[in-house]
Amino acid sequence: MTACALELIGISKRFGLVKANQDISLCVPSGTIHGIIGENGAGKSTLMSIIYGFYQADSGEIRIQGQTVKIHDSKQAIALGIGMVHQHFMLVDEFTALENIMLGAEGGALLHEGEQRVRQRLAELSRLYGLEVPLDIPVNQLAVGVQQRIEILKTLYREARILILDEPTGVLTPQEADDLFKILRTLKADGVTILLITHKLREIMAITDQVSVMRQGQMVAHRETAATSMPELAELMVGRKIRQSVDRHEQTAGQVLLNVRDLTVRDKQGIPRVNQVSLQVAAGEIVGIAGVSGNGQSELLQALAGILPFNEGEINFAGQKLTPQQPVNAARMRELGLAHVPEDRHRMGLVLPFAAYQSSILGYQRVGKYNHGLTLNDPAIRTEYTDRAEQFDIRPRDPFLGSNNFSGGNQQKIVLAREIGADPQLLLVGQPTRGVDIGAIEFIHQHIMDMRNEGKGILLVSVELDEIMTLSDRILVMCGGVITGEVSREQANEQILGLLMANALDPNNQQGHSA
Amino acid sequence: MKKCLLALLLSSVSSLAVAEDLKPAIVYDLGTKFDKSFNEGVSNGAKRFTEETKLEVREFEPANDSQIEQAIRKMASRGSDPIISVGFSQANALTAVAKEFPKLSFTIIDSVVDQPNVRSVTFKEEQGSFLVGALAAMVSKTGKVGFVGGQDIALIRKFACGYEQGAKYIKKDIEVFQNMTGSTGAAWNNPSKGGELAKSQFDRGADVIFAAAGGTGIGVYQAAKDNGKYAIGVDSNQNHLQPGTMLTSMIKRVDNAAYDTFKAKMDGSWKAGVVSLGLAEKGVGWAVDEHNEALVKPYMEKMAEIEKGIVDGSIKVHDYMTNNKCEY
Amino acid sequence: MKAATLNKFLSVFLLPLLNILTAFIFTTILFLVIGIDPWEAAKILVQGAFGYEEGIGYTLYYTTNFIFTGLAVAIAFHAGLFNIGGEGQAYIAGLGVSLVALGLGSFLPPWLLLPLAILAAAAFGAAWAAIPAYLQAYRGSHIVITTIMFNFLAASLMVYLLVNLFSEPGQGMPASRAFPETASLWTWQEFMAAFGIEFAASPLNISLILALVCCVAVWVFLWKTRWGYELRTVGANPEAAIYAGINPKRIVMLAMLLSGALAGFVAVNELLGVQHRLVLGFNTGYGFAGIAVALMGRNHPIGVMLAALLFGALYQGGAELAFEIPSVTRDVVVVIQGLIILFSGALEFMYRAPLQRWLLRFAREA
Repeated sequence: MTACALELIGISKRFGLVKANQDISLCVPSGTIHGIIGENGAGKSTLMSIIYGFYQADSGEIRIQGQTVKIHDSKQAIALGIGMVHQHFMLVDEFTALENIMLGAEGGALLHEGEQRVRQRLAELSRLYGLEVPLDIPVNQLAVGVQQRIEILKTLYREARILILDEPTGVLTPQEADDLFKILRTLKADGVTILLITHKLREIMAITDQVSVMRQGQMVAHRETAATSMPELAELMVGRKIRQSVDRHEQTAGQVLLNVRDLTVRDKQGIPRVNQVSLQVAAGEIVGIAGVSGNGQSELLQALAGILPFNEGEINFAGQKLTPQQPVNAARMRELGLAHVPEDRHRMGLVLPFAAYQSSILGYQRVGKYNHGLTLNDPAIRTEYTDRAEQFDIRPRDPFLGSNNFSGGNQQKIVLAREIGADPQLLLVGQPTRGVDIGAIEFIHQHIMDMRNEGKGILLVSVELDEIMTLSDRILVMCGGVITGEVSREQANEQILGLLMANALDPNNQQGHSA
Repeated sequence: MKKCLLALLLSSVSSLAVAEDLKPAIVYDLGTKFDKSFNEGVSNGAKRFTEETKLEVREFEPANDSQIEQAIRKMASRGSDPIISVGFSQANALTAVAKEFPKLSFTIIDSVVDQPNVRSVTFKEEQGSFLVGALAAMVSKTGKVGFVGGQDIALIRKFACGYEQGAKYIKKDIEVFQNMTGSTGAAWNNPSKGGELAKSQFDRGADVIFAAAGGTGIGVYQAAKDNGKYAIGVDSNQNHLQPGTMLTSMIKRVDNAAYDTFKAKMDGSWKAGVVSLGLAEKGVGWAVDEHNEALVKPYMEKMAEIEKGIVDGSIKVHDYMTNNKCEY
Repeated sequence: MKAATLNKFLSVFLLPLLNILTAFIFTTILFLVIGIDPWEAAKILVQGAFGYEEGIGYTLYYTTNFIFTGLAVAIAFHAGLFNIGGEGQAYIAGLGVSLVALGLGSFLPPWLLLPLAILAAAAFGAAWAAIPAYLQAYRGSHIVITTIMFNFLAASLMVYLLVNLFSEPGQGMPASRAFPETASLWTWQEFMAAFGIEFAASPLNISLILALVCCVAVWVFLWKTRWGYELRTVGANPEAAIYAGINPKRIVMLAMLLSGALAGFVAVNELLGVQHRLVLGFNTGYGFAGIAVALMGRNHPIGVMLAALLFGALYQGGAELAFEIPSVTRDVVVVIQGLIILFSGALEFMYRAPLQRWLLRFAREA
């Protein structure tokens, strides 16, 4: 048996009533890449936080290189050689890479003397692992992939021998992800132990040596990656068999419902976030918009929904021509027959403190059937909600339960049920399955597909290429606020989309998107 | 004849009984009891009475307007007698309670309540203010004097108006700066603001400032000391607060008003009605003690002359509150 | 489900109770330190607040004010706004009441005059709140700052008006002349007498009924109407509000107008009910206490009602305490109130985690 670089024995942790981790045991052999997969809320992040000292386990033991240790804070974790790259980077935006790496490890009151040492050491590390980063540019001017490399460098500079990566590819283009994996392999070759947390099965298969599966706070399986398969892992994650395909009718698109011409949306600084975008959505088709998150898709979606004012161009919908001079609000767009499943259900789609049935009329609170003279018709609202909860399998069914007490998937179903239930002509959908359990994903996809099959128009924005490719009839790719290309369903593959996402159909031009 | 004697005897017995049963009480003005000024003056009078007679005085400091009436009524229903009600804001409350308890005696200080069982004690502040105004004008070398009031209400304008008249009496073209500290009750207890106002008046050339501002005055006196200028105290004798730069204090003998009420009730001489205490009654005046003796010596003669004039009526001092105007 | 019920029970009932209890424990310690028998003091306090009719009258009279200002803070809070300006709004409402009472009092019959005066209170209070609301919604200045400043403006304006316009010559008191007889709400004594019930004289008047009606109205408005729905959406999640096509600016205006109107009703209780003239500082302290009341009452009308009752009892019982025990000055009473605010406001969740754990164990064993 190989020596464990990191060993967990019987780790348990509860938050109030929730058992986040139950009796978790795990051995990560030295110099391997170990994947941990599980649905959202399976307890992966809690487990990592315990290893990194953010939380203390209620019971159980952690061993590093065979030694039992107590980790009370991240400082101790770093001292033990553990490094962590969070899903949301912990970088100071205005600082340069160098300053960020030195942060907390300045090595003396005067920055200058430390600086020379750091530069020297970083040069060595970069050479060793192929981690080239510009040291003197503020990180907010660097591409996301580069920022991630800085995070990794930061941990290596602190002598990390065990590296934990939490959903590292969520914000990367496929090409950037490949680069990351190259780096990880080099690190592994040098004897660094890597713990990769993800919900993407493809990545697990591509890079890990072993994989552990978590479900509902428990470790349900350990597998040698070579001896398992994606369907098996998916099944282990969800606890039942997954039907992978959605029911898709072959049909041709009908009349154009939404016609957008030269739409430009500027932010407060006057920088165009959406730049001269033209697109059309017809009845009975799903138009997917692919792109790395933060490239203008959110703004486009919000402008179309009437939430964000736009500066130039026009939107033609339901016989109305909307221009910057005649702005509309979201309420008016709904009246015209547009429904919108927002990208961030917590920030927009739901009012978390509200009971589920109350969240289920958000945006439709003035609709006649929900009102009863001056007051809201609560019984009618609840009855309708109960029906929809049945239809969309929202669990638990209790209409009085606070919106914040539902799991991500069920919250998304509440939003989806509301927007689909309003029977719109056109549905805007942003990130429909972000943070949604695998089990719910197929369900949500099927509902979106059903709408299309019924002849409604759908504009789908997602950063998950799988999702875009599964659902869309046509795919538009956005990068830096412009549409960099359109690909038909038949032509689409990860290579082409990935290059378009980086606006780099010429593969030698790897220019970042957020410069 | 015999009957008369009996009556006399009875009355003396009853007055004796009163003395033994005397349960004096005070309901203070809003603000705190230890304000170094108005309430504290009343409290000092009560203390003097307690020391002399060993009779406890029941006291209450109301926190808001509604508590005033409640407290007076409570005092009354517990049989407290006499009850002193301090401050103009208690007039309405006292009117109501006095009607309910016709057998008890009430005294209100600083306001008039027209009830058969209420003695109203007011002060001719304009006379005292006139005196210190005159003194300020005589002492001033710059021909500019200042006034810092507390809350901007009629009573304080009365002080200001008297002060201005006194100053102009000495020097027709004298400049009198006037500032009020604020518009809320907090203006009575804001020494730092008082200090700032005083400093700005000094900067504009004033060299004597009269503060009629309760606790706020402390800041004025400090500013005078810091700038080597003079300040005039109010209500109680405040000369000792900053010896050397306190020119004098305009005193208002609220302590006497309280003490006299209790004393009069004790010996049976308490009477309802309106009493206005001015210079003649020694209800107001200006303070001379060891702290400012040397300072004011050169002006004693002139001051005595003005005092005489006010008392005999040859100097008329206008009271702002008669018409809410300071025209004279 | 079971856990949710437990949680609700915890936050609605057990936590506030424990917080108040803690405040009382600290008060007890304080009393022991300054040499007062806490048991005796507690008896006087409770007796003073609830022990006899007049005391109850005073308690409920204070409660009335606290309900108004507490609801005012609560309704603004549901829209995500912190209205610190109840003090000033109540004050200016007094101006509205006085203008109607003094200006129209001699022509109009009471059944017309009183509703008009009450409307004037609401309108003036709302108008005074509308300016900070406008500045927040359309000019981006912060409502906390502006409402605080408007308290000072109100105080200055009212003193100016009282000293220069309303006050009668020869009167030392900065107060208007008395309202005509017609501009006077029934006292509770008169009101109960109409039903043949005797009740001791106190400042309590039928404004209490108005306050209770306001509680119900606020509850219906917030939880049963679409406007309340939109208002709460803006407060809970402004982005979701925009998503839902709600105009947050309008909601800010609406919430503050209602808040100002509610605060303005303090003038109804004080001026039409008790003072019968415009007096200086009749509003003092109620607006600020309203913040504490709303905080304690979890911004729910029922909670506000209970918290207002607690504060009313503390005001009245506290006055009684200061009256009966000379060493309890009214500052000590303020300290007690402060402790309650501290424990039920600032340290609201101190007991949450341990209690949750304990309840959990309890639930599991049961």
